[in-house]
Amino acid sequence: MNPAEIKTKLESEFPGIPIQIVGEGLLLGPEDLVRVARFLKESGEFKMNYLSSITAVDYLEHLESVYHLYSVDQRTGPVVLRVRVPRDNPRIPSLVHLFRSAEFQEREAYDMMGIRYEGHPDLRRIFMWEGFEGYPLRKDYLPENEDVLEWDDVEWLERHGVTVPAEYKQYAQDLKAAGKEARAERPKPGAEAV
Amino acid sequence: MTLNQNLSTVESGLKSELRKKGIVIATLEDFYNWGRRSSIWPLQFGLACCAIEMIATACARYDLARFGAELFRASPRQADLMIISGTVTKKMAPQVVRLYNQMPEPKYVITMGACSIAGGPFIDGTNVLKGIDRYIPVDVHLPGCPPRPEALLWGITELQRKIDGQEIEKNEWYQRGLKREFPIPEFGPKGLIPKFNPDVWRPETASRRRERYGDPILLGKKTAAPKFETFGDPNVKVGTV
Ligand code: SF4
Repeated sequence: MNPAEIKTKLESEFPGIPIQIVGEGLLLGPEDLVRVARFLKESGEFKMNYLSSITAVDYLEHLESVYHLYSVDQRTGPVVLRVRVPRDNPRIPSLVHLFRSAEFQEREAYDMMGIRYEGHPDLRRIFMWEGFEGYPLRKDYLPENEDVLEWDDVEWLERHGVTVPAEYKQYAQDLKAAGKEARAERPKPGAEAV
Repeated sequence: MTLNQNLSTVESGLKSELRKKGIVIATLEDFYNWGRRSSIWPLQFGLACCAIEMIATACARYDLARFGAELFRASPRQADLMIISGTVTKKMAPQVVRLYNQMPEPKYVITMGACSIAGGPFIDGTNVLKGIDRYIPVDVHLPGCPPRPEALLWGITELQRKIDGQEIEKNEWYQRGLKREFPIPEFGPKGLIPKFNPDVWRPETASRRRERYGDPILLGKKTAAPKFETFGDPNVKVGTV
């Protein structure tokens, strides 16, 4: 079944629902996601009873969550649903109560991209540890510069009986006094060409 | 009774001369090192794809048993050698250091593969430790991605050469005040704290990578996804964005 047909079906089921076809996927608003997913799962025609993946994409202007639905009974699929949310307040209703397979995948998308799935029973980080700051797969995330010690590291090392060389200590102190963090830098212009 | 240090040595030229005539001269040290190097017990753990090559090395075809290192122990308390075979993620690094601390002396470490040496293909990643030698000392570095089983055999024979060259009287683990336990890093808000242990490792002052690429850390170019997508009806507005 091609996306245009599904779109027509959905529009006749939910009159006035805004849907766009983007590529192979159906772009939905976050407020419509749950009812569309429930319809696709429970209607006798689609029987999309298997949610195989949830991914998140960072498009710089917005974040997107992409769902792939299959029907195991009818051997059809995938039906691709896409939901766009703004970067500064990404909130999408959770699908865990419809598909249990959403649980870990939503946690992963939350961990890496910072999308908040509302209604998720246990939305914690899954790969990174609790207390980690930032969302590492967002395109504006800069990893730390691992070749310089910061003041936290110096204090920790001294607490554990390691003597830190004076020049590292001085550098860490300067960084702290300047209120800076040691982050990776963007490549210098022309560096990509090598 | 006082014990005097035995300072007599046999010149290696004379030794091989005598061996030709069927006379073998050995010191206690030779026996001691021969015994140690012929029964290295590695710690049984693998971290990523390199572990598969390590398993192949231990199996019948490459047969690590020929070199006496086939007895993989499941407990660090019974192991001499730690083969760090694979990617050390930041989440795993504290456990690796803890296992090293739990091994009895004398202990040796082989880093197997580009990942455990310096981060390997994941060097730009936020989640991978850029080399386990930031926290624990390493005896043999084994480059490759992954190194072939022959390379691991080479690494083990290289380690055996190192063991052969050690002298009982100068061995670190008989010295007083030996500190071979290293502080276990902790999880911080940006990565591990500390980033490295300056007792063990210091960053290079001149880095080939930095010279070549300009920046040592962030090589990957992160850009916006290309806009291949066309919208059907521009008048329909979906969601808030
Ligand atoms: S060095 Fe290569 S083969 Fe070995 S763990 Fe890393 S990626 Fe895998």
